[in-house]
Amino acid sequence: MLIGLFDGLFNGISIGAVLLIAALGLAIVFGLMGVINLAHGELMMLGAYTTFVVQNAFRQFGEPFFEIYIFFALIAAFFVTAGVGLILERGVIRYLYGRPLETLLATWGVSLILQQFVRSVNWVLVIGLAVFCVLFFGGLWILNHRQNRAFHKWAIAALLPLSLGIAIAVGRFLADTYQLAVTRPWFGAQNVDVSAPTWLRGGLPLGNFQLPYARLFIIALTIVCVAGLYYFLQRSPWGLRIRAVTQNRSMSSCLGIPTQKVDALTFALGSGLAGVAGCAISYLGSVGPNTGQNYIVDTFMVVVVGGVGKLVGTIVAALAIGTVNYLVGSGTLAILFTPIQPLADFFTFFATTSMAKVMVFALIIAFLQVRPGGIFPQKGRTVDA
Amino acid sequence: MIKKFNRRKFLVYGSATFGTSLLLKACANDETTTTTSATNASSPTATGASGGGDTIRVGILHSLSGTMAISEQSVVDAEQLAIEEINNAGGVLGKRIEAIVEDGASNWDTFREKATKLIDQDRVVAVFGCWTSASRKNVLPVFEQKDHMLWYPVQYEGQECSRNIFYTGAAPNQQIEPSVDWLLQNKGTDFFLVGSDYVFPRTANTIIKAQVAEKGGRVLGEDYLPLGNTEVTPIITKIRQALPNGGVIYNTLNGDSNVAFFKQLQGAGLTPDRYPSMSVSIAEEEVRAIGADYLEGHYAAWNYFQTVETPENQRFVQAFRQKYGQDRVTNDPMEAAYIAVYLWKQAVEKAGTAEDLAKVRAAAYGQTLNAPEGTVTMQPNHHISKVVRIGQVRNDGMFEIVNSTDSAVEPIPWNQFVKETKGYACDWSDPNKGGRFKAA
Repeated sequence: MLIGLFDGLFNGISIGAVLLIAALGLAIVFGLMGVINLAHGELMMLGAYTTFVVQNAFRQFGEPFFEIYIFFALIAAFFVTAGVGLILERGVIRYLYGRPLETLLATWGVSLILQQFVRSVNWVLVIGLAVFCVLFFGGLWILNHRQNRAFHKWAIAALLPLSLGIAIAVGRFLADTYQLAVTRPWFGAQNVDVSAPTWLRGGLPLGNFQLPYARLFIIALTIVCVAGLYYFLQRSPWGLRIRAVTQNRSMSSCLGIPTQKVDALTFALGSGLAGVAGCAISYLGSVGPNTGQNYIVDTFMVVVVGGVGKLVGTIVAALAIGTVNYLVGSGTLAILFTPIQPLADFFTFFATTSMAKVMVFALIIAFLQVRPGGIFPQKGRTVDA
Repeated sequence: MIKKFNRRKFLVYGSATFGTSLLLKACANDETTTTTSATNASSPTATGASGGGDTIRVGILHSLSGTMAISEQSVVDAEQLAIEEINNAGGVLGKRIEAIVEDGASNWDTFREKATKLIDQDRVVAVFGCWTSASRKNVLPVFEQKDHMLWYPVQYEGQECSRNIFYTGAAPNQQIEPSVDWLLQNKGTDFFLVGSDYVFPRTANTIIKAQVAEKGGRVLGEDYLPLGNTEVTPIITKIRQALPNGGVIYNTLNGDSNVAFFKQLQGAGLTPDRYPSMSVSIAEEEVRAIGADYLEGHYAAWNYFQTVETPENQRFVQAFRQKYGQDRVTNDPMEAAYIAVYLWKQAVEKAGTAEDLAKVRAAAYGQTLNAPEGTVTMQPNHHISKVVRIGQVRNDGMFEIVNSTDSAVEPIPWNQFVKETKGYACDWSDPNKGGRFKAA
């Protein structure tokens, strides 16, 4: 009985930990910045693909190194997705602050682009994109730094088709010359396999049960991420600036805080955390172009239930949702209430995975009726973004 | 924040977009011409197949984008391989086959539109296509209304027998039922059923439950995962509660959930020696995507595996790899799609015409083919009889065939374990019987 209870608790927490690590990045981007980032799931997906690439790179080094590739994968996933997040913020989102509906549509578009990108990315596409970026943005940069601004107005009109044309021509030339070697997609539409190193497979035997090492690892990783994030936000100067900007943007700006830099940094941080989450979930589930879609709804749910703008709310909400989901879905509650027949029947009805999800959503809706602001609503005067 | 948009700027941006779109258009056109010329070297005649030129047009209708592209792209590859082989060997009735490929985009309404377009506009004489039952059910009215012909290459839940569809995948009695028998004899009598939450797993599990009960086994639990769900901890707990000393897991999960299921099953210590699992939607391509490390020792039931040892299969695998790359694998739906093209070709040659669909249909009954999976025969109920095999996953991601039926199993489209259809059969060769009649 005791061990059963412990197993239930462990499983609840481990589901919660997956939810939490996936929602942590969103808690910053959506919670602190108020940006509805529908591409969050795709950033996780990029993190998972980064893990795949690092894994394949380490496979060549042989056995002792392959066992530790996961730590490099975590770091690489963080920086790759943070980089993509930075580009996303600088390129799209900064023009849309304070316009949630446009942000929603734009990030949804970005998520579709990223999905199709990993499906069809190959050398031709990458080289073509690189050539285009160098020509177009390089050309604009040179023009901007020239004194003579006479034909500046025509720059875009001339540069855009020119660099597009050159990029496409280069791509087609490469495709014709090297054929399959460059036109073959890197990943393709198929899922790719990420195998955990041997020490992450199997589990820790405990009576009748076995605690999977992958779950233990994710719980530990989540704790490290939360602790690191807390330290960064509460103790570091940049954390202080981030908190200041989220509370009152114009006042912070008046006091000399570089809000644009802070925005970019915050968004990159949230994206980087999504990458770490992507690396973690690749040991539990599939890695494919649609991976992110499986998590996006759950992550928003966690942040909304926890209370937008409060990190501690996200933590509590993730653990609570995880535990309730497990207790209902596995039928533990039904067994617990065996003495009271109608209640037991009620919980047996909900003890399938689909129905457990229905019940969790119903509970969340009921909860949000009572407390619309979530578990820990933001207090005090804040500027509506 | 709204910037003034003056005329000069408008002209600049407008011309920029116009130029870009022109460029893109040019490239897009280029792309399509290259693909058609790859499948057909001679220029297509404007009148098309019905005009009786030197080509016969067939349609290929699968999802090349969206969720289902993962599976359907390789089926298209197999179909195009078969068409290319036939063309290189002289074509059908002395004419070349021209394939018109349409993208169903994983959207069932698009499937219907594209089917109408292939039939009315391109005037194709047959369509090879669809994967999900949802897409097939959506194009079915189009094919029946226009009295046209669809070749469907995927194993499915049965309970359908249309005059206008030929099913070259397995009927339930050619995949699920033999595998349950084999499990009962070799792996134990206690079952737990896991499936995705939609029509195929639920229908399949109804059959399995009836069959297991009839043969003296027990089903101790079942659960369904919403499509795309990857949190399987509650299910694993339930399996452990229902089968504390081990037992058989029958798995009808589809798509991404499989990956999560097998990864977490291994983590929880439910190994195949105590908890062997039988899957019906995991083939060679899925094994590669999940990782053989997680699947080694588990079982799958199909009619075809890449490791089938027939000379036809060696030739098929070699030809496929030569065309699409050495690291590609073949699987059951791809093989079924490949032989669909050949069966159609044989029927057309016997009928002596490709355009008269009634004649082609009548000629198709009884066609036999030495397929990669063994000898198959097209039955009057539009399904084909085929050998059923059980494979165990090896560490190289291929299947070790541990059991195969002695002879080809006759297809039974109407389910004999479900009350509504018990006793019904299908025979299109006899005009009095048709798609659903009470067998004596």
